[in-house]
Amino acid sequence: MKKRILGLAATIALSALAVTPASAHRQWMMPSATVLSGDDVWVTVDAAVSNDLFYFEHQPLRLDGIKAWAPDGSEAQIEHGSTGRYRSTFDVHLTQKGTWKIGTASDALMGSYDLNGKTERLPRGTTTANLAERLPAGATNVRTAESNNRNEIFVTVGEPTTTVFQTTGKGIELVPVTHPNDLYAGEAATFQFLLDGKPAAGLTVTVIPGGIRYRDQLGQIDLTTGADGRVTVTWPEAGLYWVNVTTPRAEQGEEGAAPAQPQRRASYVTTLEVMAP
Amino acid sequence: MTSPMRTILIGGTLSAVLAAPALAAAPGTMDVTVTIPRLKVAEYHRPYVAIWVEKEGAPAKTVAVWYDYDMKNGEGTKWLRDVRQWWRVSGRSMTFPANGVTGATRAPGTHKVSFSRAQLGATVPGQYTLVIEAAREVGGRELLRIPFTWPAKAGAGGRAAGTSELGAVSISFR
Repeated sequence: MKKRILGLAATIALSALAVTPASAHRQWMMPSATVLSGDDVWVTVDAAVSNDLFYFEHQPLRLDGIKAWAPDGSEAQIEHGSTGRYRSTFDVHLTQKGTWKIGTASDALMGSYDLNGKTERLPRGTTTANLAERLPAGATNVRTAESNNRNEIFVTVGEPTTTVFQTTGKGIELVPVTHPNDLYAGEAATFQFLLDGKPAAGLTVTVIPGGIRYRDQLGQIDLTTGADGRVTVTWPEAGLYWVNVTTPRAEQGEEGAAPAQPQRRASYVTTLEVMAP
Repeated sequence: MTSPMRTILIGGTLSAVLAAPALAAAPGTMDVTVTIPRLKVAEYHRPYVAIWVEKEGAPAKTVAVWYDYDMKNGEGTKWLRDVRQWWRVSGRSMTFPANGVTGATRAPGTHKVSFSRAQLGATVPGQYTLVIEAAREVGGRELLRIPFTWPAKAGAGGRAAGTSELGAVSISFR
């Protein structure tokens, strides 16, 4: 029993690192503010994996791999990091004016191989880089697909800028048609999503307003990216919104069926703050 | 006490005489009267107030920002974003202190401030809106709009009345 629980905890910790869209839990980062003024500006971020948004009630989001990017595109440190039972927290000293990006991106390789007449799944933690060493000798018929997960937030000191939106060409990325730190209740905002650097049609976009605990209806907005990878959301009210963009899920095969060709997967998470007009 | 008063009067008279025909035709100054309400609250801080001019198709022009500009290390600028409509349309692209725009917070009561046509950015004839927004630490926020036309007629030019963070606000031209 104890062992099972430990195993479960390990699985959850892993899923906290790499967003597994199959998990019902939502991973998020919540900044203390997204629109900031002043000369010596800091932002504090809470990071967690939970069901309710934005309440830390399940697992902390691990801080390994979380970085910040300054408005000029340079990398910056997160400071005062701490991981508690239910959440992690850290600060970023916003030493430049403009828009900052804070987040993490991780890549994994999913798939299977045949060994001694049996089909085995690739172990968790496999990447393109370590595939060769993870594969046991004699493995044949190796089928893989890459999975990219990105969780990032944006905060702006003074006027919004766009340098931190430079894309890497890997996984799902956000291109601001409307700047994510210039959102107001009652207004429409448009974002473009790229998959591996190209505008991606048919991505699943889920938008959920924060404050779930104190209302009956989830208020989820379901959208799909158009031909140009764009989606438009009209914000019903001011507040924080959790946005999750994923590659569409294939129909689940029969239980116990041998894994077919693994599917290319990517997931994107951000938290947006919509201001009162 | 008497002497400077007299100087001002003389100056005023002189310019009035010299510019009399032009003045009658087109006022060059807007007077804005702003009432900051006296509030019965346990913790009172004077509000941050921004006054700006909007014209369709043109960027907003800030004419006054009253904030805690004299705190050490410019700490008072941290709360400028709470004057949130102004921050969006104008404040966030400005640097502080802003020359000719920055001012100290004002106590409850009625305050008169004056702006030239050039200061208002109202050089082109047309429809404008004067917007005034107040946000108070541990308090609320309120925004009022008063439309006006330039060229303006001398005399009263419009008014608006707040219900929480602002009292009566009126404009007149001279």
